[in-house]
Amino acid sequence: MPIVYPTKIEMPALDPLERRETWDEVAVGYTVERALAEARRCVQCQDPVCEQGCPVGVPIRAFVRRVALGDFEGAAELIRTKNVLPAICGRVCPVEHQCESRCSVHGRFDPVGVGRLERFVADWERAHRTNGSAAAVAPRPEKIAIVGSGPAGLTAASDLVQLGYSVTVYEALHAIGGVLRYGIPEFRLPKAIVDEDVEHLRALGVDFETNVIIGKTVTIDELLGDLGYAAVFVGTGAGSPKFMSIPGENLKGVYSANEYLTRVNLMRAYSFPEYDTPVKRPTRAAVIGAGDTAMDAARVSIRLGAQETHVVYRRTQAEMGARAEDFKRCGEEGAIFDWLTAPVRFLGDDDGCVRAMECIRMELGEPDESGRRRPVPVDGSGFTMEANLVVIALGTNPNPLIPLTTEGLETNPHGCVVVDPETGRTSREGVYAGGDIATGAATVILAMGAGRRAATAIDEYVRSKAPAAA
Amino acid sequence: MATILERRELTPVTKLFVVRAPLVARHARPGQFVIVRVDEHGERVPISLTDFDPEAGTITLVVQEVGKTSGLICRLEAGEEMLDLAGPLGQPAPLPDTGHAVLVGGGFGAGAVHPIARELRARGVRVTSIVGARTAELLILRELLEPVSDGYLPCTDDGSLGFHGFTAQLLGDQLDEGAGFTCCYAIGPMAMMRAVAETTRPYRVRTFVSLDPIMLDGTGMCGACRVSVGGETKFACVDGPFFEAHAVDFDEAVVRSKMYVDQERLALELAAAGR
Repeated sequence: MPIVYPTKIEMPALDPLERRETWDEVAVGYTVERALAEARRCVQCQDPVCEQGCPVGVPIRAFVRRVALGDFEGAAELIRTKNVLPAICGRVCPVEHQCESRCSVHGRFDPVGVGRLERFVADWERAHRTNGSAAAVAPRPEKIAIVGSGPAGLTAASDLVQLGYSVTVYEALHAIGGVLRYGIPEFRLPKAIVDEDVEHLRALGVDFETNVIIGKTVTIDELLGDLGYAAVFVGTGAGSPKFMSIPGENLKGVYSANEYLTRVNLMRAYSFPEYDTPVKRPTRAAVIGAGDTAMDAARVSIRLGAQETHVVYRRTQAEMGARAEDFKRCGEEGAIFDWLTAPVRFLGDDDGCVRAMECIRMELGEPDESGRRRPVPVDGSGFTMEANLVVIALGTNPNPLIPLTTEGLETNPHGCVVVDPETGRTSREGVYAGGDIATGAATVILAMGAGRRAATAIDEYVRSKAPAAA
Repeated sequence: MATILERRELTPVTKLFVVRAPLVARHARPGQFVIVRVDEHGERVPISLTDFDPEAGTITLVVQEVGKTSGLICRLEAGEEMLDLAGPLGQPAPLPDTGHAVLVGGGFGAGAVHPIARELRARGVRVTSIVGARTAELLILRELLEPVSDGYLPCTDDGSLGFHGFTAQLLGDQLDEGAGFTCCYAIGPMAMMRAVAETTRPYRVRTFVSLDPIMLDGTGMCGACRVSVGGETKFACVDGPFFEAHAVDFDEAVVRSKMYVDQERLALELAAAGR
C-alpha cells in the first residue's frame, strides 16, 4: 500500500461569524494546489469500490487520476459522461453515505474527498468552458415530455436530447430547477450554478416551458394524445409538506420548511422590500427535524437575524439525516442542537403569533420498522422553549397532482407512483417516473440516477414502437 | 408570459383584464384561480377567474388595488404582458344540478361569482345573485351577472342603489321571506363571507365560501394557505378554494390573513414614495 496522507485536504470556507451576515456560498472550494494534493491521496485501487456507491456511476478512479495529473479538462469530460450536473452534485451529494463511505483508505484514514474533487473539476470546467456543443447525433422524429425540472427531470432531459430526441421540460413554477431552485439555499448552492447548467441544457436543444402545471394546465393524456409526445417522464418530486397535527400549528410564524425556503430561495424574501415577497425575521428560531432541509432552515434563520436558533429532533445525532458537512457548518454558525426533544404544542401571543413551544424529552427504545430506535416520551419531562419562528422540517409527501389527474397511473399507499426500479416504467404505457415522486423524499443524486435509467428505458421503448427504418 | 388584450376600469380602484392564456382557458372550471407574478422582483398572487373562453383562448381577471402587487397589476395596460401566469389552480366549485342557488358577491368578488352563475344556469339550477358594494359607483359587472341570473339583487351600504345595507342582511331577509334557497356560494371580503355563513347557518342552507388566504406557489407545495375546516387542516390552493362555510374556522383565517400586515404597509409606502 502506498503512503497516504491521512487527512482530507481542507476545503477553505468563510469564517463562521462572517457567514451569519451573508448569503454567499460558505465553502469556497479547492485551489489547484489543494485539488492536486487531495487527488494524489487516491491509491487508484484495482477494484474501484467507490464507484459502486455512486447512483449515476461516475468513473471516480479515472477522473481522480486525471486530476492528480493536472488534466482537469480530461477529468471533466470523464465526469460528464455520467453526470450532467457535477457542480451541483459536488456540493449537495451525501458523499459520506455513498462513494466516500466505500473508499478503501477509509477506516485507517479519511476517505478521498471525491465530492470536493468533483466540485473542483466542475467549477474549473465552468470557468474554462469553451461552450462546445454536443457531438452531433442523428435527430430522431419523436418528442419526449419531461414533467418537473428538478434533478431527475434535468438528467432525463439531458440524456434524451443527446440521443437525438426533441425534449420539452414542463415546470409548474416560474423558474427552472425544482428543489435546486426553491429548496437548497444560495449559501450551499449558488443559483448561478443552476442557471449555468440549465443554459447548458438549452444549448443542447432542450426546450423549457415554465408556468405549466401538468395535471392542471395540460394533462398527461393530452401530452400523449393531441400534443404528440411519444413518452412522458414524470419527475415531480415530493412537494407536499408534512405537518405534525399538534395544537397551535397554524399560528403565524409556524412554517413548513418548503414555505420558508421557497420564500427565501425562490422569491428572495431575504431581500425584502427590494423583492416583494416577505418572510418573518426571527429573534429565536426553532427548526423541527434534523435532515438536510432542517440544517438549511436553521442556517437561513441565522442569516435572517435570529439571535438563537435551535434544531429540535426527537432522536439523536446518530439517527439524523443531514449531510455531515452541513451539520458541522450549521453548528459552527451557532445553531443549538436539542436531541431527544419533541414539540407537543405551539403557544401563541394575543396577535396569534407563535411565541413558544411546549416540548417533551424522549429516550430511545426498541428499533422500529425503519431500523432506527424508536423515540419514547419521558414522563414528566415537559418544558417550554421560546421561539417566535418555527420551521417544520419533517419531510414531504409525493406531489399528488399527477396521480390524481392521470387515469391508470398506479400509486402505493404512500402516494408514490409505482415504478419498475430498473426502468422507471409505470402502470401506464409510455409514462415513466423517477426521483422523489417514485421513492418518497430522497437525494438529488438518487433522483438523477432514476432520471438516467428512465431515459435509457424511454429510448428503448420509443425505438420499439417506431416503424422499422427503411 | 400572458398578453393583456383588453383592460377596463370598473371603478377607480378595480380593473378588468382580458388575458391571452389558451391552455388555462381550455381547462378552467368555475371557481378556479390563477397565480400571477408581474415582474422579476414580484410576488406570486392568486386571482380568481371571472371568465374563460376556450374558443377565444382568453381568461378574464378582476383585480382590486389594495396593496403594492395588486397596484402593479392594476397599472398594466392592454398590449403589455403579465410576466408569469399559471393555472387553472384549485378545485372547481362543487355545484349541484338542481335547486335554487343564491350567490353572494361582495366588492370585486362579484367577478368570481360570474362563472359559477353561468354554469349553474347551464345545469338548470335557478340562480339568485346578491351583489354588494359600498356605493352605487363601486357596484361592478352588473352587465355580466344579470343575464346569467334569474334574480339580480344589488345592495349598497349607503342605499344609493338597490337594497340599503349589507349583502348578508338582504340574504337574511330573503331567507325569512321563504326564498327557498337550497345552496349558497359567497365570494368577497372575509367579514362578508363570515356574515353570510352565520346568516345561512340557522336555515341549514348548504353554504360554500371561496377562501383567499396568503399563497405562495399555489400548487400544494408550501402550506402557506392552510385553513382549518371542521377541525382539519386543508390547503386552500389544492383542497379549495371553496369550503363548507359552516365548518370554516374564520377566526384563524382572519388572523392568518394578517401575517404580513407590517411588511405589506411598508411595501405600499415605499411604492407610493417611488422607492
